Amino acid sequence: MPEARVIPIDGRESVPPRRSRRSARCTANASDGKRCREAVVADGLCDEHLAERLEAEAAAVAPEWERRLAGGLAFLRRRITGDYPVDDFGFDPELTESVFLASVRPLYEKYFRVEARGLDNIPAEGGALVVANHSGTVPLDAVMTQIAIHDHHPAHRHLRMLGADLVFRSPLIAPIARKTGGTLACNEDAERLLSSGELAGVWPEGFKGIGKPFSERYKLQRFGRGGFVSAAIRSGVPIVPCSIVGAEEIYPIIGNVKILARLFGFPYVPVTPTFPLLGPLGLLPLPSKWIIEFGEPIATNELDPAAADDPMLVFNLTDQVREVIQQSLYKLLLARRSVFF
Amino acid sequence: MSSRVVLVTGVSRYLGGRLAALLAAESGIERVIGVDVVPPRQDVGRTEFVRADIRNPIIAKVIASAKVDTVVHMSVIATPFGAGGRTAMKEINVIGTMQLLAACQKAPSLRKLIVKSTTAVYGASSRDPALFTEGMEPRSQFRSGYGKDSTEVEGYVRGLGRRRPDVDVTLLRFANFIGPRIDTPLTRYFSLPLVPRMFGFDPRVQFIHEDDGIEVLRRSVVEERRGTFNVAGAGVLLLSQAIRRAGRTSVQIPSPAVSAVGSVFRRAGLVDFSPEQMQFLQFGRGVDTTRLRTDFGYPPAFTTAGAFDDFVACRNLTKYVDPVRLEHLERRLLATAERRRSATIGGVHA
Repeated sequence: MPEARVIPIDGRESVPPRRSRRSARCTANASDGKRCREAVVADGLCDEHLAERLEAEAAAVAPEWERRLAGGLAFLRRRITGDYPVDDFGFDPELTESVFLASVRPLYEKYFRVEARGLDNIPAEGGALVVANHSGTVPLDAVMTQIAIHDHHPAHRHLRMLGADLVFRSPLIAPIARKTGGTLACNEDAERLLSSGELAGVWPEGFKGIGKPFSERYKLQRFGRGGFVSAAIRSGVPIVPCSIVGAEEIYPIIGNVKILARLFGFPYVPVTPTFPLLGPLGLLPLPSKWIIEFGEPIATNELDPAAADDPMLVFNLTDQVREVIQQSLYKLLLARRSVFF
Repeated sequence: MSSRVVLVTGVSRYLGGRLAALLAAESGIERVIGVDVVPPRQDVGRTEFVRADIRNPIIAKVIASAKVDTVVHMSVIATPFGAGGRTAMKEINVIGTMQLLAACQKAPSLRKLIVKSTTAVYGASSRDPALFTEGMEPRSQFRSGYGKDSTEVEGYVRGLGRRRPDVDVTLLRFANFIGPRIDTPLTRYFSLPLVPRMFGFDPRVQFIHEDDGIEVLRRSVVEERRGTFNVAGAGVLLLSQAIRRAGRTSVQIPSPAVSAVGSVFRRAGLVDFSPEQMQFLQFGRGVDTTRLRTDFGYPPAFTTAGAFDDFVACRNLTKYVDPVRLEHLERRLLATAERRRSATIGGVHA
């Protein structure tokens, strides 16, 4: 049966509206695909289509900076009024992402040109413990590892770093460490982080590693007392060994002023080829090329949590992790063409 | 076993008075006896006030004659400010507690002892774990002050618990109290127009709202809650963040000048900064409240941030940095930007 034809009362359907010949036709296409037949107002477009285009422009072009302005202003307001969340450890994700990581990122990308490998060895969710070698006089390697994981891991996870108590005793450094996700390297904190599904990072060589002379570069020091292994076993999370190449060369330590170190209670006062010889210029790290490689995770969930109290097992596992990192360091060094490229 | 006759020490102080009034309104409790050296200023309902010093053996007679079955010990004081010096404070805290507990031990009617302690017993240092659980020991040594007194008080309380296993001992370690009415060194500190803090440090602080604190104390009296519990609102605030939330600005004082500034404030009677308080303002402290929420069964209604905001709102603290005006300014800036944009587009196409 044919459909009923609707005839509008004013009869416009059958008689198209007449327009003055001089007025141009709109260049846009109407919604039905046919050429729009309305008169041009500006830019070769009719009233309706001009408004449409302006709206599209408004949504696409101008608001880009306006959105950023709005975001920036809101960020400033939140910071000024203290309206941002921090977790129990004092971690401030907003500050970390918007200020801290953003300001160190050029160092990662342009200066050290860090290459992160094996990021898929880090689980996308759940607790895991990244264990890495420590070097470079200043713990830049920890910060670079944090950026590597945050920027290049598909889940963009935050690495919660476990630091020595000297970090939390030092003015200026202590609050930065806490706000960027650090906490004291003790079993209680490690277990609390790991069992709440966080990704924690530990540098078990501590000051022995970071402050060792240049002649001992890439030789792993003793791995503490293996506390990190027992924390991982108790929380049943995997250990991800991580080897960092390049950090050893940023500030080569050729001497240590022990008297000054003892006087100020520092673990070491380094002498490098440029510091203190060149004064403040000597604080500039050498632009070595870095590689951060994450190795295969070592599972601990098959072990009984009581195994954490078995010193022999803990020592063996600690040695195993240390050996894995040392071997992968040697492999990376063999493959490296030059320190700086 | 529910309490019939309750004795509250420190009844003339804010929290003691509020608890006594609340217990007096409880129908299951026959008598509430409030003990203090000065009469209570706030309304404590049908509480019977006994003017006595807990350092005096007379307290034993009060407990014995009234057949007290529950003692709530709340007169461990935090500052030497009102007590008349550190020596008097220590005397009241330690000797007072010893006398009170000696009387408790001799009282056959006693079934329950509730002690208001503090998270200051965990100290504050750079070697602290992020959150202290009830079983952890302090990582720093106390020289003197509230933390040391409280540690000693807790020691005596544990001693009584061993000697009188029939007595249920509840030890409540409260974080810093905050709220609309309570007056503590910290509430005075946050009311300063320019808040001093330690240069280069930004400690984590935790608060317990006064209403939550009172409710925890009330529940320990009327219900069975044996054990040691940390009492704090969920979450933490950074000190700088708290100061910003109060609409204040802070000034960072380098550590060599801190003790000098502290003594000026002390002498001016503004805020009492004990060395211990200084350590707290340097390293901060966090406690784990899992046991309070699960075993005790009371999740505080106010989070740390919520309690602090309630304090700021109810005190009518002048906000030198006003968030409302700031938001207004933000909207105006955005509106200006939008107007300029539409003006440019209009100009192009006009």
